[in-house]
Amino acid sequence: MTTLTLAKALNEGMRKAMEDDPKVLVMGEDVGKLGGVFRVTDGLQKDFGEQRVIDTPLAESGIIGTAIGLALRGYRPVCEIQFDGFVFPAADQIITQLAKMPLRSLGKLKLPVVVRIPCGGGIGAVEHHSESPEAYFTHTAGLRVVACSNPADGYTMIQQAIRCEDPVIFFEPKRRYWEKADVDTSAPADDWTPFDRARVVRPGADVTLLAYGPMVRTCLEAAAAAEEDGRSVEVVDLRSLNPLDIDLVAESVARTGRCAVVHEAPVFSGFGAEIAARLTERCFYNLEAPVLRVGGPSTPYPPSRLEDHYLPDLDRVLDAVDRLFAF
Amino acid sequence: MTTEPPRGAEAPPELVQLLTPEGERVEHPDYDIDLTPEEVRGLYRDLVLVRRVDLEAVALQRQGELGIWASLLGQEAAQIGSGRALAESDMVFPTYREHGVAWCRGVDPVNLLGLFRGVNHGGWDPAEHNFHLYTIVIGSQTLHAVGYAMGVQRDGAVGENGAATIAYFGDGATSQGDVNESFIWASVFNAPIVFFCQNNQWAISEPLEKQSRIPLYRRASGFGFPGVRVDGNDVFACLAVTRKALADARSGQGPMMIEAFTYRMGAHTTSDDPTRYRLADELEAWKLKDPIERVRAYMFKNRIADQDFFDAIDAEADELGRDVRKRCLELPDPEPLAIFDHVYAEPHRLMDEERAQFAAYLEGFEG
Repeated sequence: MTTLTLAKALNEGMRKAMEDDPKVLVMGEDVGKLGGVFRVTDGLQKDFGEQRVIDTPLAESGIIGTAIGLALRGYRPVCEIQFDGFVFPAADQIITQLAKMPLRSLGKLKLPVVVRIPCGGGIGAVEHHSESPEAYFTHTAGLRVVACSNPADGYTMIQQAIRCEDPVIFFEPKRRYWEKADVDTSAPADDWTPFDRARVVRPGADVTLLAYGPMVRTCLEAAAAAEEDGRSVEVVDLRSLNPLDIDLVAESVARTGRCAVVHEAPVFSGFGAEIAARLTERCFYNLEAPVLRVGGPSTPYPPSRLEDHYLPDLDRVLDAVDRLFAF
Repeated sequence: MTTEPPRGAEAPPELVQLLTPEGERVEHPDYDIDLTPEEVRGLYRDLVLVRRVDLEAVALQRQGELGIWASLLGQEAAQIGSGRALAESDMVFPTYREHGVAWCRGVDPVNLLGLFRGVNHGGWDPAEHNFHLYTIVIGSQTLHAVGYAMGVQRDGAVGENGAATIAYFGDGATSQGDVNESFIWASVFNAPIVFFCQNNQWAISEPLEKQSRIPLYRRASGFGFPGVRVDGNDVFACLAVTRKALADARSGQGPMMIEAFTYRMGAHTTSDDPTRYRLADELEAWKLKDPIERVRAYMFKNRIADQDFFDAIDAEADELGRDVRKRCLELPDPEPLAIFDHVYAEPHRLMDEERAQFAAYLEGFEG
């Protein structure tokens, strides 16, 4: 057991993947000497060389497009998109090419490409640096979309994503990069939770909070506060958004009868809408209240002096819990 | 409005040509080619056969058997010349119009039709032919090609026994960000790649002037690698220029751009109506530069083939057309549940769930 920040855990996970498989490459803007703007690739170029850790020209479509070509030649590129808001120049390559090429080839081609995206707000950044674009990608068949929330998952999930034969959009909650936790780097991979599975991170009986990425910790804090009011709150870390581990989610909600989905992204057409719809189908007779969604307003991300009002926090989550019981 | 050429476009473009429209062999100081009579006959056969396949596909579309078809009519020399320059280990990234290159790579023409008939999105194995799937989004494949070439570099397959990658695209694609990004990537990584631009003068209805105010091949120098314009209706010149560019790429000299100056004699696709935007005179002028007629004239003049040869090729072409038609009509429609196949390479529970639901729904219609 070793104590790592999320950034370092991801770094160690990539390092392990590169040691295990010489075909694994890291590519992106400033990932070399600088180690990425968040230092997640720190030291990798020094140890694996410029042929495997590639500082790319500053063009996101080019990063994904050439990663596809490298994958077609047998490589396993791990691409870093510097910030969430910069993924859109690459959206065409991700959506029309990366997601669809295996299908178009009738399964003859595989594209094991990982697209790492630091996501979410809370760091006082300028615009385009705090967004949560996951729903654009969960809506695109052919992509797997996952989000890690803590160092231990960061270490294992990045390795699982790299080993996966499908393209993976890998969201990393940037405001949690510096949070530390114990990581068991010696556990064999067979013992890891499969990366398309959700996990109950805090058991409870009265209400289920569903979250992923940066909001998992917020929900855990809300659950602890609610307990003082005598409410037993279960928190589920979805981990994988596509595919969604609906069986685990539905089991939890059927048991508690109350559910709120919490994410930073705007609520309208957000990922929470998909979960609410599915829970209505699966748990209709178990629900004591409508499934609530807690998220950002349906507005562009605000200037950072307002982001504390925009982002769901402990009080917003507790307010939703209150409304679930008041229904 | 000034009638003067735009700044930067004053110098007349140069054109590599080895065979005139009248069928006369001409020399070029940088590019030459020494073809045996058998090789010339082979090129002629390729040109005629791919034109025949194309004609059959247009007819199949008109009869409702294909949803759409993108004709290569007029571009046979650019495709056969460059296609026959390829070594087996070279990799091709085509657009959706490279039927002639596909022919050179041994892809069964019927497999090309599957995409346009709507039975699949790409029916051949790219690895078997070193010929990637057709790409419909304009220019996307150029980045895939550069990435592939970067993989070739990392495999150490540059230098002796090296492998080159060739990316095909059209004049309209040169305006795409991806194509420009691919030029940058290829340049800074010195990737072993040839950019083969078929400038057929028209991007659906938009003439070249809507894409560029300088000759396209001159764009290359701004990115830091050589560009050359070749007579795209001259199969000898296309073969010679592409052969040299591929050899340079394989040996580690980096990227090169070839602009094959040609003409789209047909519509953009069978859904298009060129009479709305271009004059018949233009087409008539280009007919005089036909890529097949000049080879035929050359062969006649130089007694490389007699009438019996031409008759035999025509007969072979007709037989190929019949065969392609027959097998196109026999292409089976996929099973409905195939919608869910190959979306993911690894098991995916949403696919499993929806496949099962859809199967149950379909079963409700049985019995």
